[in-house]
Amino acid sequence: MADSGSEDIAVIGNTDLTPSESENNLKNTMVETGTSLLKKMEISVAEAEKRTGKNAVNMQETYTVYLIETRPVDAASEGTNPVPDSLWRRYSEFELLRNYLLVTYPFLVVPPLPEKRAEFVWHKLSADNMDPDFVERRRVGLENFLLRVASHPVLSSDKIFYSFLTEENGWKETVFETGFQAKADSRLKALNATFRVKNPDKRFADMKHYGDELQSVISQLLRVRARAADRLYGVYKVHGNYGRVFSEWSAIEKEMGDGLQSAGHHMDAYAASVDDILEEEEHYADQLKEYLFYADALRAVCRKHELTQYELEMAALDLTSKKQQREELATGTIRTFSLKGMTSKLFGQETPEQREAKLNMLETQIEEGEELVKERNAECDEFVKSAWVDIERFKEQKDHDLREALISYAIMQISMCKKGIQVWNNAKECFSKM
Amino acid sequence: MSGSVVDNTVSSGNSSAAIPTDISGQILDLDEDDDLEVFSKDTNLTDGSSFNASMQTSPASMINQYKFEEEEDAETKDIFVTVDNPESHVTAIETYITYRVVTKTTRSEFDSSEFEVRRRYQDFLWLKGRLEEAHPTLIVHPLPEKFVMKGMVERFNEDFIETRRRALHRFLNKIAEHPIFSSSEDFKIFLTAASGELTSHKKQEFTEMQEYVEAFSQKISSVDKVTQRIVREQKEYLEELKECGPTYALWSQSEEELAESLKNVAGSVDRCCKETEEQVKHLNDHLIPVLHEYVLCADTLKAVLRRRDNIQADFEAKTEALATKKTDRDMMRDDLDKAEDRLEWANNALKSDWTRWQKVMRTDLRSAFVDTAERNVSYYEKCLAVWESFLNSQRTDAEGNGKVDFS
Repeated sequence: MADSGSEDIAVIGNTDLTPSESENNLKNTMVETGTSLLKKMEISVAEAEKRTGKNAVNMQETYTVYLIETRPVDAASEGTNPVPDSLWRRYSEFELLRNYLLVTYPFLVVPPLPEKRAEFVWHKLSADNMDPDFVERRRVGLENFLLRVASHPVLSSDKIFYSFLTEENGWKETVFETGFQAKADSRLKALNATFRVKNPDKRFADMKHYGDELQSVISQLLRVRARAADRLYGVYKVHGNYGRVFSEWSAIEKEMGDGLQSAGHHMDAYAASVDDILEEEEHYADQLKEYLFYADALRAVCRKHELTQYELEMAALDLTSKKQQREELATGTIRTFSLKGMTSKLFGQETPEQREAKLNMLETQIEEGEELVKERNAECDEFVKSAWVDIERFKEQKDHDLREALISYAIMQISMCKKGIQVWNNAKECFSKM
Repeated sequence: MSGSVVDNTVSSGNSSAAIPTDISGQILDLDEDDDLEVFSKDTNLTDGSSFNASMQTSPASMINQYKFEEEEDAETKDIFVTVDNPESHVTAIETYITYRVVTKTTRSEFDSSEFEVRRRYQDFLWLKGRLEEAHPTLIVHPLPEKFVMKGMVERFNEDFIETRRRALHRFLNKIAEHPIFSSSEDFKIFLTAASGELTSHKKQEFTEMQEYVEAFSQKISSVDKVTQRIVREQKEYLEELKECGPTYALWSQSEEELAESLKNVAGSVDRCCKETEEQVKHLNDHLIPVLHEYVLCADTLKAVLRRRDNIQADFEAKTEALATKKTDRDMMRDDLDKAEDRLEWANNALKSDWTRWQKVMRTDLRSAFVDTAERNVSYYEKCLAVWESFLNSQRTDAEGNGKVDFS
């Protein structure tokens, strides 16, 4: 791993960067942010395999498993190459891990998984989950996910994550033992609920709004890009017809035959070149998709903050009302309309003993309420602090990564143009020999 | 060569005796010297008139009789052609001379080792024309001149016939000796085909043309269709691409650090859109019209061939009519002659214009395709420049900001 400086220049200057190279640049970047986990361990999702088995309802199913390989960092640099530790995981286990992280660290922007089903596909790509190209892209996405978590300052030290990487058996049980499921359900409920916060935190409101915009614009970009890719495919492939017609035509010509025939071959090459071009572009689409899903994670954090804020406000509101009731009871004035007040008016005042009992109850409640408010306040503060740190980290990461993505897009376009220049120059030479 | 002239020379003696002076100039429009050159070379050839069927006719035995000064090794000669035995044919329509053409060969492409056919001057003319067409820059030995004044009794003068026969004999032998001409399919058919076959083979030339025009018409229509399809697809691609730039621009409005880069990408995509638009326009304005014209050309060619066929049909009909009619023969013969002239003229005109057309077509299409290829190269070069300048802007941004953006 070279030092950052020269790597920058290499990234921009070298327009022949392939997708795998630019992917490596991203990985190197993640490694260099240097969490303690990544300092001692190399992580990769090396392979994918199809398996068949019985599912929960005892029905036959086919699924894909992914091989997670880990190896100690120093071993590689020492020159020895020990066999890496490895275990197989399926997509649902990755989902379980992520859900656990979401629930456990609601104030963090948790890295997203690659999409469950292929979306924004242009017609040539298969939307089939079993399609080898899709599986391969998913393998890459899963590796990316693991590296993102491993390079996160907080998430990388999570024990469940560590055992996900290292313990094949019993990991699922360990996760469920944490009891996160209960929290998961309530979290889901909360996220979907509608409630209004009295004093929204502007920063978080803006962030949520940004998340909405990011999601909307990336979706639009992915849609437009997929349609354009479809059309571009058509343009290139139709040129293949030139190949066939020129070949047939050359058979009836004497002097023009050779030139036509060889030009036809170049037209075939041109038509065939679009497959590679669009495969590379798919890689760019995947980078955009990651941030599409990241936008969702960002919004979730903001929603969670809103919820926390709301719960605080509710607790504070409740405390205020209880304090008010105590005051009324103590002074006998009814300032607020309450059923108790009405009934006491209608049916007469209560006995001093009854009032005493009520006052005591209220006092306890107020005490508890104040505790709750203090708790919730602390929770909110803690949340805001941690969340904002992570949001800043996320923003920097996003700016960096997306800029890289745009650069790699430009590099891809340049490569496509170079191929086009070559093919048409060759064709021109053949035509001039007609 | 003049030293070795043998009494077989036909030039000076015979011609002046038998033919009135004013015509002799027309028939043998050559210098005395050229005359001698032409004929003296062939003195070693066996005189056709002394060649008759009773002589030993095996190819091997002929080797001694044919001695050539040429480099050609006598033992490798595997084809021997003679022209002799002129005969007069009188039909209801016309009178003409045919000559016997005997071929003896060991070549494998010939079905048999001996052939005997009768040919008239017209047929020799046809053969010469075919060879010249097939090989425009090779040298075909000349034929004796066509006697322009038809119907004159002098055509059937013995000496004239003999002169002609010898010339035809020399002509065929030159063809047989020629490394390329001797393997010509037309030559083979000339030597071997029965008259009916030859006639239909002659027509075949126009059949071939017809087949070519048919095929060309199909191919050029296909090219035209493919090109139009490309234009359509490009236009649809352009429509989608036009939405990309604005989307990047929209995105840049939500961003801070990224805004500049996104705006640059938007601008770059928009510029590529413009280039794509230009490229489509060029295809539409330059390549498509040319292709379309040649599609129409193919139709024209078909019509031309049809009209030629009609002229031929007219001639054939008149020929038949004359054969059956008893009265008005002179007028019909006149008509027939005119029809024959028209046909000959039509065929010749077509053949030369065909060659001209093919040259023009080749030039037009070649330059249209070269032009298109150049335009496409230029399109990609321009887009390349757009994206390279984007990369440069990113590099200067990174360095300019001082931030190590890529850590």
